[in-house]
Amino acid sequence: MVKLGKQSWTLNQRVYIQESGTSVGPKEARGPLGDSFDKSYDNLYCGEDNWEMAERKLLQDAIQITLEKAGLKQQHIDMFIAGDLLNQNVSANYTARDMDMSYLGMFGACSTSMETLAVASQLVDAGVADRILTAVCSHNATAERQFRFPTEYGNQKPATATSTATGAGCALVSREKSQIRIEGATIGKVVDFGATNAFDLGSAMVPAAYDTIKRHLSDFGRTPADYDLIVTGDLSSVGSPILKDMLRSDGINIDAVHKDCGNLLYNSDQGMLAGGSGTACSAIVTYSHLLDEMRKGTYKRILVTATGALMNPTLLRQKESIPAIAHSVVLVREEG
Amino acid sequence: MDSKFKKENYNDTAKTYYPKVPYFRNCLKAFFVGGFICLIGELLTKFYMQVFDMSQQEAGTPTVTTLILISAILTGLGVYDRIAQFAGAGSAVPVTGFANAVTSAALEYKSEGYVLGVGSNMFKLAGSVIVFGVTSAYIVGIIRYIFSQLIGG
Repeated sequence: MVKLGKQSWTLNQRVYIQESGTSVGPKEARGPLGDSFDKSYDNLYCGEDNWEMAERKLLQDAIQITLEKAGLKQQHIDMFIAGDLLNQNVSANYTARDMDMSYLGMFGACSTSMETLAVASQLVDAGVADRILTAVCSHNATAERQFRFPTEYGNQKPATATSTATGAGCALVSREKSQIRIEGATIGKVVDFGATNAFDLGSAMVPAAYDTIKRHLSDFGRTPADYDLIVTGDLSSVGSPILKDMLRSDGINIDAVHKDCGNLLYNSDQGMLAGGSGTACSAIVTYSHLLDEMRKGTYKRILVTATGALMNPTLLRQKESIPAIAHSVVLVREEG
Repeated sequence: MDSKFKKENYNDTAKTYYPKVPYFRNCLKAFFVGGFICLIGELLTKFYMQVFDMSQQEAGTPTVTTLILISAILTGLGVYDRIAQFAGAGSAVPVTGFANAVTSAALEYKSEGYVLGVGSNMFKLAGSVIVFGVTSAYIVGIIRYIFSQLIGG
């Protein structure tokens, strides 16, 4: 590893995303990226008895699919690094119960996808592990109940609200050569600009994304032109324009290369208000659609900045604001 | 960084990026959906008065109960929250909104069992309505009593 600036690093070894797998719920499957996901369910229960079990089912699917694609079994994997949105990271912890390997549970809200990927690539680079599975999941109904109201409660949401994506994404990180190489990462700081509106997490996370992207470009000595795509996790249709304007006021123009996973995930007629969010949001878009586009050659180098609102309903009711964080990972297409 | 994006101004700046809230259209929707729910209530009252020969006051209880039942069933079928997203206050203010608050919470916690799940959580949302409803009724009652004693009513 080579440390860059204060918050970034590049990897010494060539570390790759060897394979990836995604499993999603009904609304994600009906969205514009529906065909890129490996597995989908037409019902939010995913054939299970309750929402929490459904969420774990999605996570297990994503792991299983990844292993099958790589032609590997659990005994070939050294470590599992995962996280989700629920209290005590239960979906990841309880899934790890059935996996015979070391486990690190991580929480960075919706930024966990890139947090786990950054750490996994680092550990593989250091030679601490040969193969690491990183995975995240979220489920609309479990998140609604934990962070907002019961799922069937009739509460009119404003147009700034985002909708937690139902799904799971898994990536297998190793030194086995593939078309997708992990070049480096920038680990974000917790940034809090005092947002208190739980129905507008998009704009609450913008300062964190701004901070990490700006820091990344400066640490790596790059400009947005060095990337074919700078994709944020779930800044929504409200936060995305704020991010662009904020960076532009510093002379950094990302207009031509910026996209937001939450806005890629659904069609505008699906009634998803400001777009998708949730831990799964950036993972299912990156580990399916974006990697596919990289393999096709549409993108050569992308910066995935997963954004997380570190919100807690109890603290929010105690008049605390919503801190946020963003982590960036650079993915590069390797020519065969 | 532009000063409008500085921490102290950020939240005001963010609001300028919000889509415009269609207040007038929302009011119309709430008015008509809320009105429609009341119309159903009115028809039910007339029905109970005609068929069961009740007075208007007597018909009140079965009317409210029927509306609660309809709301609970619609909540169970996953329809009520969609009506609410469309209607806003129109479906929240009438008694059906209260029924939805109780039913949705009961449904949500069913997976945790009937006693510690449904039983202890079904008033999670509606509980504060009951607490403050009863408390304010008590206070208003006392004020009314004092006034009636003072003016000799």
